[in-house]
Amino acid sequence: MAQMNIIQAVNSAMHTMFERDETVVSFGEDAGFYGGVFRCTSGLQEKFGKHRSFDTPLAEGGIMGIAIGMGMNGLRPVAEIQFADYIFPGFDQITNELAKLRYRSGGEYSAPVTIRTPCGGGSKGGHYHSQSPEAYFTHTPGLKVVICSNPYDAKGLLISSIECNDPVIFFEPKRLYNGPFDGDHSAAMVKWDSHPKGEVPEGYYNIPLGKAEIVRPGKDVTILCYGTMVHVASAAAENSGIDAEIIDLRTLVPIDIDAIEDSVKKTGRCVIVHEAPRTSGFGAELMSLVQERCFWHLEGPVQRVTGWDTPYPHSLEWDYFPSQARITEAMKATMED
Amino acid sequence: MSDFGLVRVMGEDENTNLHVPVPPHREGGTSFPSPHEIPAGHHDKPDIDCAGFDTRELAYGLLRVLNDEDEAVGAWDPGLDADTLRNALAHMVRIRAYDDRMMKMQRQGRLSFYMKCLGEEAVSVGAAMAMEDRDIVIPSYRQQGLLFVRGRSLVDMISHCITNSNDNVKGRQMPVHYSWKEGNFVSISSPVGTQFPQAVGAAMAFAYRGEDSIACSWLGEGTSAQGDFHYGLNFASVYKAPCVLVIVNNQWAISTHRNIAHGGPSFAARGIPYDVASMRVDGQDFLAVYAAHKWATERARAGHGPTLLEMYTYRGDSHSSSDDPSIYRPSDEYESWPLGDPVDRLIAHLVKLGEWDDERQAALETQCKDEIIAAYKEAETHGTLKDGPFPPVSTLFEDVYEKEPWHLLEQRGEVGL
Repeated sequence: MAQMNIIQAVNSAMHTMFERDETVVSFGEDAGFYGGVFRCTSGLQEKFGKHRSFDTPLAEGGIMGIAIGMGMNGLRPVAEIQFADYIFPGFDQITNELAKLRYRSGGEYSAPVTIRTPCGGGSKGGHYHSQSPEAYFTHTPGLKVVICSNPYDAKGLLISSIECNDPVIFFEPKRLYNGPFDGDHSAAMVKWDSHPKGEVPEGYYNIPLGKAEIVRPGKDVTILCYGTMVHVASAAAENSGIDAEIIDLRTLVPIDIDAIEDSVKKTGRCVIVHEAPRTSGFGAELMSLVQERCFWHLEGPVQRVTGWDTPYPHSLEWDYFPSQARITEAMKATMED
Repeated sequence: MSDFGLVRVMGEDENTNLHVPVPPHREGGTSFPSPHEIPAGHHDKPDIDCAGFDTRELAYGLLRVLNDEDEAVGAWDPGLDADTLRNALAHMVRIRAYDDRMMKMQRQGRLSFYMKCLGEEAVSVGAAMAMEDRDIVIPSYRQQGLLFVRGRSLVDMISHCITNSNDNVKGRQMPVHYSWKEGNFVSISSPVGTQFPQAVGAAMAFAYRGEDSIACSWLGEGTSAQGDFHYGLNFASVYKAPCVLVIVNNQWAISTHRNIAHGGPSFAARGIPYDVASMRVDGQDFLAVYAAHKWATERARAGHGPTLLEMYTYRGDSHSSSDDPSIYRPSDEYESWPLGDPVDRLIAHLVKLGEWDDERQAALETQCKDEIIAAYKEAETHGTLKDGPFPPVSTLFEDVYEKEPWHLLEQRGEVGL
């Protein structure tokens, strides 16, 4: 086992898959020679050649278009969108083309494309380097949506995403790249080497898509979360003394419904946490599922802690970013009766 | 595995037919593509009502006014007086001093982020001086010169960059994403290229109302790969929109060399098939930049339609404070740039005219430096990045809509405001 941060784990997954499968290619803006602005694809071009890891013009619509073409014609592309905030010029290609290719061709064609993209806030990125756009894609049938929260999962989930014959959007919370983050921005930066999930095998392994993980067992309340919020919610549970069961969903589509049902039926209470704005956020879907499937087991109203329904701010970032305090309040609110 | 299986073994570049361009140099070397071999004064000046196609020589050529002896020559010499030239120089020197100071402050942790425009000062100063203040500008993130020429307060600019309580965009954007409606300077957006079709629309609105103001917009050569670039050109051509669209070809889009953006010899030439008047301009030559903008602006104002200008320049510093260009390009490339430095060249021209000397240059530099240090101090009286005061938390919920709907009022209530 090696110590890795998420950047190194993603990079290791890419190298592993480049070795194993010569149809795997990687491309994006600054993603070739430079290895990406976060260096997740570094070393690939040098080791495997520039036909397998290359720079593209600055055109997300074009990047998505060629990914589909390469994918339908025998390659297994991993396309990088430099920031999730910049995915929207590729939106038509992703939602109307990539997502529907298998369906509209009666199953004849498909494109096993993985879209890697850094997402989320906590890095003073303002509204164009902080967004969490997962709900646009969970709402599109045909796409799988994955989001990692630690180095071990990042590598295992990315390998499964690349191997998946359906298109996958793989979100990498950039605030977690170099270390776990519990929401306390005034505390010293923590690195992954002090975290058990910073231990990552160097070779091949995978974590199946569609499987959530209980990162903290508990009996009082279930917290459904993903990405950076896994760490904020875990800290809220520790610091509040509330015995919360924290579930890292890891895959949003297809969701691990058994894990959700089992936990909520056990605790009878549920808090949903995400960074993205509240209205029509993925939390609304989770809340519906819990209501539909666990209603007779619920002992308190399901709560949501989310970003506000505003664009992501720059200087007031910490008034926007869901905090431990807000999560603790929500846990208390659902446990009041 | 893939539905089609592996057709051929791929491991080395020689085993593939896929062409992927590489920059001419990663370290050392000075052999640039050579439009600079076109001499100053080479090109004729077409009438402002010419057809787009009639500008094709300029689109593949290079508009230069200052020759190697630092003299202004040829049909494009705008004939500016010495006071105007000194004014242009002062703007450029002030921008450079501002950029240096702000990057230094960023390195000390007093700004979260910064972007310099070293080498590209003439591009924005020449444009702004050739326009009227009523003309709307929709820039990219490296045209801070527009604000200097239009007279924006330094204290307000710095306040934005340190997101204090005096930041007119209320701390909502990263530094250098200025907005200044009073100066007809539209809020800068990070997604690249979106501003081109918007500028065409703004120009169409002027035309709709029968006004003779114009719109001007800038993007980088890397961004010219975006669909928005092409949408903008085509719509501008269809509606003869009174606008000037500028590609700042500074050779590098972060680490991406311009030959990844486009394989051909000229970005300006992309305007010709759209029947848009197009020309490539030496972006280090203030007089050429000014003359090209003056021509394009007059053409647009007179109702003869849009112009596409490629400013051939060089990004002299990093992409931003988050970037380290030593990894991907030669460190001496800017010093070797065959078209030189815009400030040095304007100084040399003024000296040649007998209108400038070292002493006055030194005094100007000191004056600019002092002004900026004073403005920075004053800006910090409105708050610092570290300690605030920042815009009040209530501003988080404002301006999402004109009036806050119930759900935002409720969310505001959740934080006790």
